[in-house]
Amino acid sequence: MNGLAILIPVALGLGGLGLVAFFWALKRGQFEDLDGAAARILIDDEEEPRA
Amino acid sequence: MTAPARQLDSAAPETTVLVVPGMHCASCMAKVERGLGAVPGVSAARVNLTARQVRVEHEAGVTMPQLVDALGNIGFASQPRGEELDAPASAVKPLLAPLAVAAFACMNVMLLSVSIWSGAEGATRDLFHWLSAAMGVPAILYAGRPFFTSAWSALSRRTTNMDVPISIGVTLATGLSLWETVHHGEEAWFDGTLMLLLFLLAGRALDAGMRDRARAGVDALLRQAAPGAMVVTPGGGLDWLPALDLVPGMTMRLAAGERLAADGEIVTGESRFDQSLLTGESAPVLARVGDAVLAGTLNLENPVDVRVTAAGQGTTLAEIARLMDASGQVRSAYVRIADRASRLYAPAVHTLAALTFAGWMIAGAGLHQSLVYAIAVLIITCPCALGLAVPVAQVVACGALMKRGIMVKDGSALERMATIDRVLLDKTGTLTLGRPLPDGAVLDALPDDAAAVALGLASHSRHPLSRALAEALAGRGVKPALLTQVQEEAGQGVRALWNERSVALRRPDAASGIATALDIAGEPAWLIPFADRLRPGADAALARLGGLGVQPAILSGDNAAAVAEVARSTGLEAQGEASPQDKQQAIARLQAAGHKVLMAGDGLNDGPALAAADASIAPGTASDVGRQAADLVFLGDGLDAIPRAISAARRTMKVVRENFVMAIGYNLLAVPLAMAGHVTPLIAAVAMSTSSLVVIANSLRLVGAAR
Repeated sequence: MNGLAILIPVALGLGGLGLVAFFWALKRGQFEDLDGAAARILIDDEEEPRA
Repeated sequence: MTAPARQLDSAAPETTVLVVPGMHCASCMAKVERGLGAVPGVSAARVNLTARQVRVEHEAGVTMPQLVDALGNIGFASQPRGEELDAPASAVKPLLAPLAVAAFACMNVMLLSVSIWSGAEGATRDLFHWLSAAMGVPAILYAGRPFFTSAWSALSRRTTNMDVPISIGVTLATGLSLWETVHHGEEAWFDGTLMLLLFLLAGRALDAGMRDRARAGVDALLRQAAPGAMVVTPGGGLDWLPALDLVPGMTMRLAAGERLAADGEIVTGESRFDQSLLTGESAPVLARVGDAVLAGTLNLENPVDVRVTAAGQGTTLAEIARLMDASGQVRSAYVRIADRASRLYAPAVHTLAALTFAGWMIAGAGLHQSLVYAIAVLIITCPCALGLAVPVAQVVACGALMKRGIMVKDGSALERMATIDRVLLDKTGTLTLGRPLPDGAVLDALPDDAAAVALGLASHSRHPLSRALAEALAGRGVKPALLTQVQEEAGQGVRALWNERSVALRRPDAASGIATALDIAGEPAWLIPFADRLRPGADAALARLGGLGVQPAILSGDNAAAVAEVARSTGLEAQGEASPQDKQQAIARLQAAGHKVLMAGDGLNDGPALAAADASIAPGTASDVGRQAADLVFLGDGLDAIPRAISAARRTMKVVRENFVMAIGYNLLAVPLAMAGHVTPLIAAVAMSTSSLVVIANSLRLVGAAR
């Protein structure tokens, strides 16, 4: 029982952290451009002269 | 990524949003961002690919034309974002937060529930129930809001929809669970209630996401054609004004190949105008000084100056828009299949729950126990799989169609599309490509030299006929001849020297219909006739329509002779010289005879018919009005999009019906159990997720629906 008293708040706290992170991402506009985010990973960072 | 472009933001930074419809991949994004980043004074450029927009941060000194030019130089057409098209409200976004809350609470409560099902007793069970309640009640209140508000608005209009039984079930289950928690009961239903909300919100979000994506595509098309005109300013200069800012009395300068942005009267010059978008008439109309010309018509030959006589609400266009407003009844009267199902479903479920309650009361189980059994019935019948049955199938089908270049504006369009048994096709621009193309037989007969000269000449002109000719010749692999001293004379043609011989591409001396003449000194002139051609694959598409049991016919505003010719070559029934009102009436007649009509059209004159038909489809090249009024928009030249969309819609509805059967079949098994009082929260949770997974798996079969 004593273990539960620690583990349950820890589990809920971690889950809550995930939820807060999601809300933060939603507010910051991370879901505004899903197609762009998918494509952006393919962009090369180097400035190629003939790119 | 934009690091090299970042500079000190010393000057007051400004933000400009440009619409760039041509972006569609990673390399486009990189090109646009780097191209804009290279403009002096630009501090950052960030592409939003979903909205086909780029947000540019720059110093106050950088002007809009500079940015548009910079994009033009790297091959992207762009426009400033129009105010009225400013970021349409997303339908998914308000659902994301409730979805996340429901998912979080559902997972955690489920974890606690598993411990209870595994045999937690006494104080531990009470603690877990209280924890579940502490998480579950606020989460249910928050995540359930979309359903509660929708149910309330339906009830206050004295109708019912899917959300009414959902809201009743959720409220009762939450209330019962709280009561059980307070009274140290054995079973609480927070897990099941949250799972129900989670699945339903997921279905809702999928449905909304589909609408958002299709609308983003259509909006990108609409933005592409932002109408406007070059206006002669009092000082004699030229200024580009958007159509909204045009007022009567202004003088517009209209180059060949441009569309009129307002009704007007010609003050200088004469030219032929293609009115096909407005009236369906394919033969160009000659207009001289003093003649009236209409907004939306295309100037084919010479630059002219036009004095604006009516703009905005006063134009012929606005008249058509008014007709359209009056003709959306069929569609607004359409009830979506999910709502139709719930009209039968909700009373049935509530009757069953009431019967269970009455039955157990009579059997002497006591008020509390009878209520528990009745609520178990409500929870087990809550339309979890039903809520997913329609949206998942439609989302998968729309995704498949979108890959084939067919954009579906919303799910109800697919439902209406599936019932179609008649198709009315506009001629110009729908059945045909809507642009003059050179006669293939004549191009075949041209000797290689002559073809090379023709391509060389045509590539020097922006006249619509020249461009069509250049495109056709280049498509045949012709290489342009080397020409010198090229001159273009407006309205007359292009002339040049080729190997010391004078050559010209000019308007013919006499020709019936549209044509151009190719002169090569010392050889007889070649006459190249132009005509509007049937879309590729039109015959196959019409045959496939017949195979689907859909009867096609032509309904055109063009003159009877032109319509008759197309009717002969396609073997379809046809009605010509139809005004927008005639088209509406033709549809109303068919509807009165019990037919479900699909209107396929592109022009402004088709707008009212597109709005009046049971379903409508327009090509991507259609007028703004056509694209806005149509349920589906197809890209590309092929007409096969129409039968493809119909058969995909039918397959979708077949899968939706299967989903319904499965969801109801599951209820037939579970309801007797619940009524007998054998359903525990564990059984409810397992049954609910299994039926939802089965429905999703069945819907995924539609991935290949757009073949």
